[in-house]
Amino acid sequence: MECRQSDNHFDRPRPIRVLVAKPGLDGHDRGAKVMVRAMRDAGFEVVYTGLFQTPEMIANAALHEDVDVVGLSILSGAHMSLFPRIVEELREVGLEDILVVAGGTIPDSDRRAILTMGISEVFGPGASLTSVVDYIRSNVGARSDVA
Amino acid sequence: MLEGDRRAIARSLTLVESDHDSVAGLVDHLYPHTGSAVILGITGPPGVGKSTLVGALVDRFRRSRRRVAVLAVDPSSSVSGGAALGDRIRIGERAGDHGLFVRSVASRGHRGGLALGIAGMVHVLDAAGFELIILETVGVGQGEIGIVDRSHIVIVVQVPGLGDDIQALKAGLLEIADIIVVNKGDLSGAARVVSELRSSFAMGTDPAPPILKVSAATEEGVDDLVVAIDDRAAMIIDTGSIESRRRRLAATEVLDYLQVELRRELDRAGQLVTDEPNVIDSVSSRELSPRQAARQLARLIV
Repeated sequence: MECRQSDNHFDRPRPIRVLVAKPGLDGHDRGAKVMVRAMRDAGFEVVYTGLFQTPEMIANAALHEDVDVVGLSILSGAHMSLFPRIVEELREVGLEDILVVAGGTIPDSDRRAILTMGISEVFGPGASLTSVVDYIRSNVGARSDVA
Repeated sequence: MLEGDRRAIARSLTLVESDHDSVAGLVDHLYPHTGSAVILGITGPPGVGKSTLVGALVDRFRRSRRRVAVLAVDPSSSVSGGAALGDRIRIGERAGDHGLFVRSVASRGHRGGLALGIAGMVHVLDAAGFELIILETVGVGQGEIGIVDRSHIVIVVQVPGLGDDIQALKAGLLEIADIIVVNKGDLSGAARVVSELRSSFAMGTDPAPPILKVSAATEEGVDDLVVAIDDRAAMIIDTGSIESRRRRLAATEVLDYLQVELRRELDRAGQLVTDEPNVIDSVSSRELSPRQAARQLARLIV
């Protein structure tokens, strides 16, 4: 890996920014933390929300942090009810175009339904960390608006 | 953005943070609308509870309806260029509160202090109408005192149990503090740290800044801290010291931009040598010394 220390960071492209969120009452965050570290090691700037996030809190964080991707980590099985609300809250704050991915204990049988909710990809329990990183790199949109 | 649209603010922050050239116009455009915010710098070694303290302060400021923004800075990995930004968790999420703006910032490899991008981000938040802008960074000693050049008021946070480190820190961080907070005040040893700090200052010639014992987790002492901050702000305004602090911030920023400009010019030095073969010929033929030739070329750069 190349060393990226430089005093003139202005002239380099900016890192991808990701929000890793733990929605709902799911209290297990070891997997999310592993994902955060893997993304950091891949060169992303990762904002981790911590546990027990409501859809409003997730949208609030995504908005303020101006992330390129929202990653939802869920092991509680409540994804079918939580995901549509989260996508709705993201729309409410104007983030309808943001890339949203989900991971955790999500059965394959739910995958197709989830993909129609506005979530771009689902990473089940067997998914590798690299597959998530690679997916994000390939699918992060170029920004269309300029201030 | 000037009207406070949160998405516009967030996007503006991203632009000024990362892309100097295309948004030099943005900072220039916003700059006349800046100057009203008070910038509070909060620094100290890692693990002393700065983010939790910021969370408690934010809570108090929002209760008194003051509009607050926070830039929480964490180091980027020098290997991958990425960063794990976890301060937001401790500061607390207040969905729906438009008077609070919290943003996590990765240092992006900038050594010894705060990057120029952060100065731009402060201007964005200032122009957007936030009265208080909290700059939270890690400071571990003499090399990390850049925060004093980017803030109006500096708060240094310590905890009990740092032992000999206090002596090392004293030479740098503690001397620049407007207020010193001994956090985790519920731990044994906290009172001793406070009195050790007081006596170190008593031995010197400068008056000690306020030294407060606080427990950010239980919020004990936080109200006194808010009073101390307001008192300090009033004092620097009344004594006129605010002017010299403003000038220091301005001078620091001008110098930083100047260095960026000059570094860009320097990158063209190689091209310049290639473009001026006559000068090089003069050196080969001993008409000019290498240093004389370099001086001639240097005049062409600026």
